[in-house]
Amino acid sequence: MENTRGLSIFDIIGPIMVGPSSSHTAGAVRLGLVARSIFGKQPDFAVIELHGSFAETGRGHGTDRALVAGLLGMEPSDEQIPSSFQLAREAGLKYIFKNVDLGESQHPNTVHFLLSSGDHKMEIAGSSVGGGMIAITRLDGFPVNLTAEFETLLIIGDDRPGTINAITARLYEEHINVAFFNVSRDQRGGQAIMIIETDDPIPVELMEYFTSFNWVHAVRRIPRLKE
Amino acid sequence: MFTSIQFLIEQAEKLQQPLHEIVIQFEISSSGRTRESLTADMTRRLDTMRSSVEKGLAGPVHTLSSLSKGNAYKYYSAINHSHNALTGPWLSRAIARAMAVGEVNAGMGCIVATPTAGAAGILPAVLLSLQEARGFSDSQLVDALFTAGGIGIVIVNRANISGAAGGCQAETGSAAAMAAAAAVELLGGTPQQSAHAVALALSNQLGLVCDPVAGLVEVPCILRNAGAVSQCFTAVDLAMAGVESLIPADEVIDAMERIGGRMDERFRETAQGGLAATPTGRALAQAFWKQARGENTNDL
Repeated sequence: MENTRGLSIFDIIGPIMVGPSSSHTAGAVRLGLVARSIFGKQPDFAVIELHGSFAETGRGHGTDRALVAGLLGMEPSDEQIPSSFQLAREAGLKYIFKNVDLGESQHPNTVHFLLSSGDHKMEIAGSSVGGGMIAITRLDGFPVNLTAEFETLLIIGDDRPGTINAITARLYEEHINVAFFNVSRDQRGGQAIMIIETDDPIPVELMEYFTSFNWVHAVRRIPRLKE
Repeated sequence: MFTSIQFLIEQAEKLQQPLHEIVIQFEISSSGRTRESLTADMTRRLDTMRSSVEKGLAGPVHTLSSLSKGNAYKYYSAINHSHNALTGPWLSRAIARAMAVGEVNAGMGCIVATPTAGAAGILPAVLLSLQEARGFSDSQLVDALFTAGGIGIVIVNRANISGAAGGCQAETGSAAAMAAAAAVELLGGTPQQSAHAVALALSNQLGLVCDPVAGLVEVPCILRNAGAVSQCFTAVDLAMAGVESLIPADEVIDAMERIGGRMDERFRETAQGGLAATPTGRALAQAFWKQARGENTNDL
């Protein structure tokens, strides 16, 4: 017998979601939604690569519509999810789906996005890991683990000494409690990605402050997933 | 905290409180939220449940696969027309409601996953039918949802609620057990009678496998929701009459966990066994995938 997992009553009576599947539909919407937050805005063009069960049974579960709905900024309970293809056309988002084999080590419900808007391009991969929960696992080639179960601050910058301290010192001043802190480094390019999960949302002024560092390339705020 | 039904019952008896009150107090203390905010959240869920039922009964629902053929509407029209359903006026209407939610879910409509999307028809069907039959208020139904959720938390903590881990018994069986406890409380039964209803509802669904045709949440999932509602009503009537389960609810849940753990992978949502692996199940799946691949062109 396991001990309580800190469940809320609303994990059992809920979530409110568009069907038919928490992993293949609700989780897919969230993957699109978080990818959009990481990208920083709605992409103009998305190559959406589906792996494993997403590729095999995704269509029957509306995974394709759900992923596009998320890229448009919808939440899992949005009743417009089934019409996302039409809404994407109206919103100027073009997309193409491909079935791919990312290897056996990948979670069966994995999607790989190549998002672009003008010169701005990003590669984001993530998996729907069960019950609507997700994990972003790769970002521009960096291995990451981002679940959006907390408020998340994402900072992409040069890998050089003192950067972590510059960020955490300011968070300390603002009384923002850090739940998890992860740094992932690309040895070759000398870039680093910081994923900072906090209990409280990061204020806009703080985002602007971090953006002003000359070693910072991008700062993103990923809101905690609701429901 | 909620690792046993027995503990929930003892708390309710000791404090002379209904089960839902024990659950609400637990949620207040674990989440730090107010009673008003919790009740508002649960009311939103009840509203979504009601609209999913109404949507599914308003006309034939079209699903992505077209494996389902608007059976909820067909059945609901038939029982309303003939008034002589063998299951009687209340159970027959509850069955229609459960199917309605299942079809809305399969058609990418909005539902409340209770405890999962595949078993989402059972709680709304039971509670809304009791409201129709006995005139319970929305606020009583909201209380009942807390009771159901408390039972669900015990099941998750002792076993699990996903078809991939424990078969259909873990999904529709758990939902029927949760609904049975809530219904007994609404009908004025004691916490102990709620526990017996949980044990009886779950006992009658032990061993049920998860065998979805083509891997879709449609066949047999939607009609399994109808079956689970019947099991729930039976358990509630038995418990209200004072019939007791000789095996305590916690031990029935533990038995379900052991059965799920020994269930072959083919019977756990992989679409490789049971009805999915029948000649007709395979043929339906093949036809569906052929059609799906044909449509898998892009929108550029």
